[in-house]
Amino acid sequence: MPALVLRSYEPYLSKVAVKKPSDNAHFGRILWARNLYLALVMLFLFLPIAILVVFSFNASEMNIIFTGFTTEWYGKLLENPNLLEAFRNTLLIAIISTAVSTILGTISAVGMKQYNFPTERVVSKLIYIPIVIPEIVLGISLLSVFTLAGVELGFWSVLLAHITFSVPFVITSVRSTLYALPKNVEEAAEDLGAGKWKTFWYVTLPLIKPGIVSGAILAFTLSLDDVVISYFTAGPGTNTLPLYIYSIIKTGITPDVNALTTLMLVFTIIALIVSSKLQTKRQLERTL
Amino acid sequence: MRKKHKLASSSSPEVDEQKGRTSSSRSVFDGHKLVFTLPVIIYAFLLILAPLVYILFLSFLTADNYGGYSYDFTLQNYAEVFDGTNLGIFLKSAGIGLLTTAICLLISYPFAIFLRDKPLKTQNLIIKLVMVPFLTNSLIRTYGWITLLRKNGVINTSLLFFGIIKSPLPLMYNYLGIIIGMVYTLLPFMILPVYSAVSKVDQNLLDAAEDLGAGKLRKFKEVYLPLTLAGAFNGSLMVFIPAIGYFFIADILGGGKAMIIGNLIKNQFLTARNWPLGAALSIFLLVITFGLVKLYEKIGGDLDELGAG
Repeated sequence: MPALVLRSYEPYLSKVAVKKPSDNAHFGRILWARNLYLALVMLFLFLPIAILVVFSFNASEMNIIFTGFTTEWYGKLLENPNLLEAFRNTLLIAIISTAVSTILGTISAVGMKQYNFPTERVVSKLIYIPIVIPEIVLGISLLSVFTLAGVELGFWSVLLAHITFSVPFVITSVRSTLYALPKNVEEAAEDLGAGKWKTFWYVTLPLIKPGIVSGAILAFTLSLDDVVISYFTAGPGTNTLPLYIYSIIKTGITPDVNALTTLMLVFTIIALIVSSKLQTKRQLERTL
Repeated sequence: MRKKHKLASSSSPEVDEQKGRTSSSRSVFDGHKLVFTLPVIIYAFLLILAPLVYILFLSFLTADNYGGYSYDFTLQNYAEVFDGTNLGIFLKSAGIGLLTTAICLLISYPFAIFLRDKPLKTQNLIIKLVMVPFLTNSLIRTYGWITLLRKNGVINTSLLFFGIIKSPLPLMYNYLGIIIGMVYTLLPFMILPVYSAVSKVDQNLLDAAEDLGAGKLRKFKEVYLPLTLAGAFNGSLMVFIPAIGYFFIADILGGGKAMIIGNLIKNQFLTARNWPLGAALSIFLLVITFGLVKLYEKIGGDLDELGAG
């Protein structure tokens, strides 16, 4: 009987021993392999971007071998008006569609939580559609209606399309923080005499800010990343970055595109770091 | 006005439990309510429902030979959706989509499981880094792959230089190129929901399984898998659906040789200019999508978590 008990404990004890990394070479090897795996997946995700960044400094115009360091392409950037126009349009569309969809998404999320309204059930189902349907279907259906309604295809139609697919992501992001709020905060504010507007502005809004910020970041990246919907809603005259690249990709892309990509990447990463630093700093100040 | 509202909310039996608000203000004009609900109603009907209803309508019309259509109602477009050549493209496209989804699942699970053992700070950093490639346009990243994969690209040149291969490998302008491009572009959509599900699995359950003698595989099969099924399905949905629609990846890395459903729809709208057939194909794609979403809800998935991780 005692032997049995001891035996049944054996695997447990040995497992505990395995968990000490310091005295076990086997565990060390496993850890090493796991880290290698994580690193490889990250390498896969960053490889094509890293290549573009490296080749943006390449002296040779061909993206094949690195022949020498140059910053020539960054200067050439300013001499390519088509590329600059495409970049400007893409950035403008991303900024405006982020601003509009963040505001629209935030008030929608709050309104849908606070109020009963006619068509509420339908609306709350409809807003999931842009998240799940294939982008190509959203693209061609917007193209069809824009044509039907006589909306001229161009900057504004792309902007409207980007707002259309961004709003639901902001709504779901805001909603995740909205439903985590303690129920009685808003009621307390109203009972203490703050009107509904004041309650929204001074109580709800500051509390759901993390959800709004992450919704806005999501909207911005979705807009920058989009190819399919812009492709269908832009029409022949408009020049945005994906359309510009699509038009020259078969003949070969010039290194100034690499340079622009590198610059965009650096700016967005700096913006992200600054915004997250500001956020944590402000949160710190509030708690102190 | 405010007082009345307050009174109503504390005494009225009409209080909506879910909303925590009264519906008593329904009869009076309420500017706040209007501002917070009217925009989303207009948005949902005008920009989401109307376009879809319109392409449904379009799919029953008859195309003429000049890129237009006449208002003769027909089911001909749907018959054409399922004719021989299209059916072949559907099957190949579904194959590409399924293979892409399977590869993304195979990469994401170990990634998520290894990552959850790391310190919290490392986990947050890595997950943020997974998002960084999204900050550049997906077409630009696809272009980056051309630089890597083509005949005289970085990969072939290096392999030749080190004498590992004798002649360049055909890495793109074929199905391999499409699969690489799809997996690359869609992998983060799988990693995020799978990681989010895996990181929520209770460590006690894993320890218990281990103490009871479960090996790694069994632990995965009987603890991780059932508890992360909704997350995995969420990711699969976000990978499979774009993988049958991203025509630009098939165009650029497949070299125009391979068509997926996305190319088929694009061609009907932009090249062949047969909008009714293009609309019918889109409706077909929509039906598949809604079927998959219903299935996701059925296995306990939350619509709010779709696409956001």
